[in-house]
Amino acid sequence: MPPELNSRPRLAPGCRLGENNQQRVLLMPERALRLNGPSLEIVTRCDGKHTVQQIVSELQQIYSKAQPKKVEEDILGYLTLLQKERALDFEL
Amino acid sequence: MTTTSNPLALIAELTHRCPLHCVYCSNPLELQSRSNELSTETWSRVFQEAAEFGVLQADFTGGEPLARTDIIDLVRAARAAGLYINLITSGLPLDESKLAALIAAGLDHIQLSFQGAREELANEISGAKSHAHKLRVLEWVKQHRVALTLNFVIHSRNIDKLEDMVALAESSSATRIEFANVQYYGWAFANRENLLPTREQLDQSLGIIKHEQERLEGRIRIEHVVPDYYAKYPKPCMGGWGRKLVLITPSGDALPCHAAKVIPSLSFENVKVRSLREIWEHSAAFQKFRGEDWMQEPCRTCDRREQDFGGCRCQALLLAGDAAATDPVCSLAPLRPKVDAILAGMNAARPAQLFTKPSWLYRPNSA
Repeated sequence: MPPELNSRPRLAPGCRLGENNQQRVLLMPERALRLNGPSLEIVTRCDGKHTVQQIVSELQQIYSKAQPKKVEEDILGYLTLLQKERALDFEL
Repeated sequence: MTTTSNPLALIAELTHRCPLHCVYCSNPLELQSRSNELSTETWSRVFQEAAEFGVLQADFTGGEPLARTDIIDLVRAARAAGLYINLITSGLPLDESKLAALIAAGLDHIQLSFQGAREELANEISGAKSHAHKLRVLEWVKQHRVALTLNFVIHSRNIDKLEDMVALAESSSATRIEFANVQYYGWAFANRENLLPTREQLDQSLGIIKHEQERLEGRIRIEHVVPDYYAKYPKPCMGGWGRKLVLITPSGDALPCHAAKVIPSLSFENVKVRSLREIWEHSAAFQKFRGEDWMQEPCRTCDRREQDFGGCRCQALLLAGDAAATDPVCSLAPLRPKVDAILAGMNAARPAQLFTKPSWLYRPNSA
């Protein structure tokens, strides 16, 4: 199920940003995800303050050459993936 | 020589001392004594070397890692080095203030082991009165913002109770459950006939796990490791020999996996005298089964060789008598009939045993 646009994603307990060999990573229990470009822009906004809608709007501005609808779909897809990994809490 | 990238995780077996005596303990049959354990300073240097080499995570395990009186210092040192810290614990030595101190020192994730969902069996399997204290730990963890995994080691005596285990996790603040079926080395190998589930038990458990994974998606992530005797293909043991993980024993030997010492032809180097990086890149033990050059048929020409890396070397030794053989659990392995014979024996003999308490071989505490 895709996240609701007015919810505020926040990194779940035990999930945090890290860096290694100039590579930003999302560290979580027993695993890590490499973060590049858009994925890093998304994860740094999962702070419990931005709503999903705000993340979408801000990235649509950053990636203004991409189709806005496509940016939104990609973000919702990525947030869903992080949710399945149990890396996010969604606060309303 | 096969070149390789850096390891991603460091398994720090801090001690073999443990208040539990689990009948499937993954420690070797020969346990290290306290007097041989690495110092705080040496561990701190190893954490630093690991982080500089590109390691992301440290798994603090044992034995019971909290048996180390310097555990808070070790957590602080690993975190200062830049590592993500998983603590794999029985929870027995924890109290509220120690838990708070560990988290303040930088602990990221607690993996609490449970030997069952109910007191009687859990205590029987662990050979200690342990279960009630673990339930208290669950309540204390709720007061903190820290990741929690409940780890259940699964075998014939508790595989029918997965729903109770999930319910226990749901009553806690856990975001992950690990259902780890026993793998048969060391202590578990000695207790195999009392631990291996039947095919029917396994199939039923797979259905329950799938259902619970779907029901809890987004709330609790359920990870599951099948008992590889029942698998069609072997597990990619440790993600491949010397590819992703390095284990340091309590006395400082660097191993490619928990059980590697059972392979008699290997000798292991120690972090007291060489750096982690030198050992990883150059030691004969890490080179031995790295890459594909060592592989025999059918692995050597198999399409799956980059997925499972020939399976587990220790299991090949235990069951085939040759650490370079294809893991005999593989359906393509020449010795698969041996595993099938073990399973056939199990599945025929099981019913009568279910109602009697087995005579377990318990793992002792180390000196």
